[in-house]
Amino acid sequence: MAEAILDPGELKRPNPSALRVSDERAIEIVGMNKWFGQFHVLRDIDLTVYKGERIVVCGPSGSGKSTLIRCINRLEEHQTGTIRVEGVELTSDLKNIDRIRSEVGMVFQHFNLFPHLTILENCTLAPIWVRKTPKKEAEEIAMQTLEKVRIPEQAQKYPGQLSGGQQQRVAIARALCMRPKIMLFDEPTSALDPEMIKEVLDTMIQLAEEGMTMICVTHEMGFARSVANRVIFMDQGQIVEQNAPEPFFNNPQSDRTKLFLSQILGH
Amino acid sequence: MADVAHQTAFVRHAALPEREPPTAQAGAVHWLRANLFNSWFNALLTLLLVYIIVQAVLGVWPWFAGATWEAGSLQECRERGGGACLAVINERWRQFLFGFYPRTEHWRPAVTFLWLCIAIAPVLFPAVPRRLFWATALFPFFAYWLIWGGSLWPVLMTLGGLGLGYAAYRFAAGRLGAMTAALAGLLVLVVWLQVVAGPLARELSRMIPLDLVTVPSRNIGGFTLTFVIGVSGISLSLPLGILLALGRQSKMFFIKTLCVGFIEFIRGVPLITLLFVASVMLAYLLPPGTTFDLVLRVIIMVTLFASAYIAEVIRGGLAALPRGQYEAADAMGLTYWQAMQLIILPQALKISIPGIVNVFIGLFKDTTLVAIIGLLDPLGLSTAVRATTEWNGVIWELYGFIALIFFAFCYGMSKYSQHLERRLRTEHR
Ligand SMILES: Nc1ncnc2c1ncn2[C@@H]1O[C@H](COP(=O)(O)OP(=O)(O)OP(=O)(O)O)[C@@H](O)[C@H]1O
Ligand SMILES: [Mg+2]
Repeated sequence: MAEAILDPGELKRPNPSALRVSDERAIEIVGMNKWFGQFHVLRDIDLTVYKGERIVVCGPSGSGKSTLIRCINRLEEHQTGTIRVEGVELTSDLKNIDRIRSEVGMVFQHFNLFPHLTILENCTLAPIWVRKTPKKEAEEIAMQTLEKVRIPEQAQKYPGQLSGGQQQRVAIARALCMRPKIMLFDEPTSALDPEMIKEVLDTMIQLAEEGMTMICVTHEMGFARSVANRVIFMDQGQIVEQNAPEPFFNNPQSDRTKLFLSQILGH
Repeated sequence: MADVAHQTAFVRHAALPEREPPTAQAGAVHWLRANLFNSWFNALLTLLLVYIIVQAVLGVWPWFAGATWEAGSLQECRERGGGACLAVINERWRQFLFGFYPRTEHWRPAVTFLWLCIAIAPVLFPAVPRRLFWATALFPFFAYWLIWGGSLWPVLMTLGGLGLGYAAYRFAAGRLGAMTAALAGLLVLVVWLQVVAGPLARELSRMIPLDLVTVPSRNIGGFTLTFVIGVSGISLSLPLGILLALGRQSKMFFIKTLCVGFIEFIRGVPLITLLFVASVMLAYLLPPGTTFDLVLRVIIMVTLFASAYIAEVIRGGLAALPRGQYEAADAMGLTYWQAMQLIILPQALKISIPGIVNVFIGLFKDTTLVAIIGLLDPLGLSTAVRATTEWNGVIWELYGFIALIFFAFCYGMSKYSQHLERRLRTEHR
């Protein structure tokens, strides 16, 4: 668990008044279980995410964090329980799945940009083919989004020509071009060199200020403290503890949480 | 301590200016040094190889330089000198290009070949204007008509049917969804071809005959036959191979089993066997009374054969893609076919280019196997030519000529594939 721990002081502070949380439900997971073969990865997960929430999920390696958020856009299929996203229940109905996927953006640890397409094409692909946006309009949206993540000048380059931090910001822009209602991040900074982590986290903070509903698997506790409104700790496929960041870090309840925090914060 | 710090601490106050890199050590002498004579062993090898090459050229040159171009038979050639008897090429080149195609109709394969060159240009080079794709789309229909002859009207009817089917699809797509619309388009096409096209074509032929002399398949030969089989095989086996590769990856049991079974069966059987099946067996298997052109049967067999190999090559390309590419495509809400078309196949095919071109070159050369089932491709023809009294005994000249033409086209394919790989290279690592 040798994650780079950023001092929260270094990060851009989000404007607290911008961080509103409504009581509309974005995601509702009830009694969800998942197995890989015989292995019970996720056990009785109950989780409700309200619009505008910023949730950080942490926990030891192999605890099922990735699997949990991948169930939300059905990159993994759950076996029992229900998952509703924006009111639509995830079943094997392909129409529903594609609809939900177009509303939920995802950012991966290894960026997963399409290497054979330029940055601009990466960003316009889904709007053109899934949303049926006219090409011209899609390109305008893409350029605006690239400006937001501060790399418009790279639009005509290929992903292989960019640094890791730039690639991850493109990946965020690519997801944002679909105008998603929810963003999922799976360890977006853990494949990056320390000096690039900040640029990606700053982009994410900016997103939080705009009221995006976010679920973020990360070990950047500085980010969790300053941006999250709720921190979830997972271990062995279960949600062990969840709380607002202040009490979560200052006054953890479960022993496993305490152990995890002491390891990750290096006390 | 303080002293050491004083001596080693260093701050640069002015940035160093940029300088030109040293001029490359260039020149012919340097190149020779670096590439041919960089050690005594390499120098020895170089000299030895130069000696062998010079000897080879000196050996062949007189034969080539003393060639006889004008002669009526091998006998006559021999009397005029000891060089190559290229008179056989001079006299028989038309036969090698066109087989027993009627002499007055030789312009038809020639025009078809020219059209082929125009048709593949926009496929191969993005700099060629996109409008030329019309020539590509129309090529198969008119090539069929030009080569085999007959009335143009059935061909035009087929084109019209495709146009109508597409129109029906477009009309229905807005209202009924893609799947239903595709079915509707197909229905229109089938009804048109089954009910309307036949009588209409007959009627129109009577009023305005647009006929070419019909040429039976057994008269098509030489490089015309090579190209008919090679080009059809290449252009049909790639899409079929892609579908087989995707089918093999499918999660649907029957599709997967079918594709795996097909691929393994075809790969396990020699092409010759398939060609014999085409020439002999299919006549028994098909319902009696169906006449099914032999060249067409051969094209089908060659296509199936190559597609199995292409499927395996592409499977390698698909397997080489990181799973993240599939996941990113899925996470954006792309459908399966969109993801394949836009993300997965462009990358997988790019990786597979050398293997695919390998199969294509193999296919092109394997067309010579049809000589065994009695078709007169260049090799079959050369046997026929050597069986005549005039040219009995000519070997090097004939096979050299055939080899040269095959080499030119295969080398072209190989060069193009290297060019394509360079053009598609976007990762800079
Ligand atoms: N496709 C799969 N098939 C079988 N087992 C899997 C699969 N994916 C993950 N697992 C297992 O499920 C468990 C949870 O995996 P998951 O990737 O969700 O963990 P994680 O909390 O994200 O860990 P990390 O911090 O290392 O990313 C692990 O033990 C992993 O080995
Ligand atoms: Mg993970």
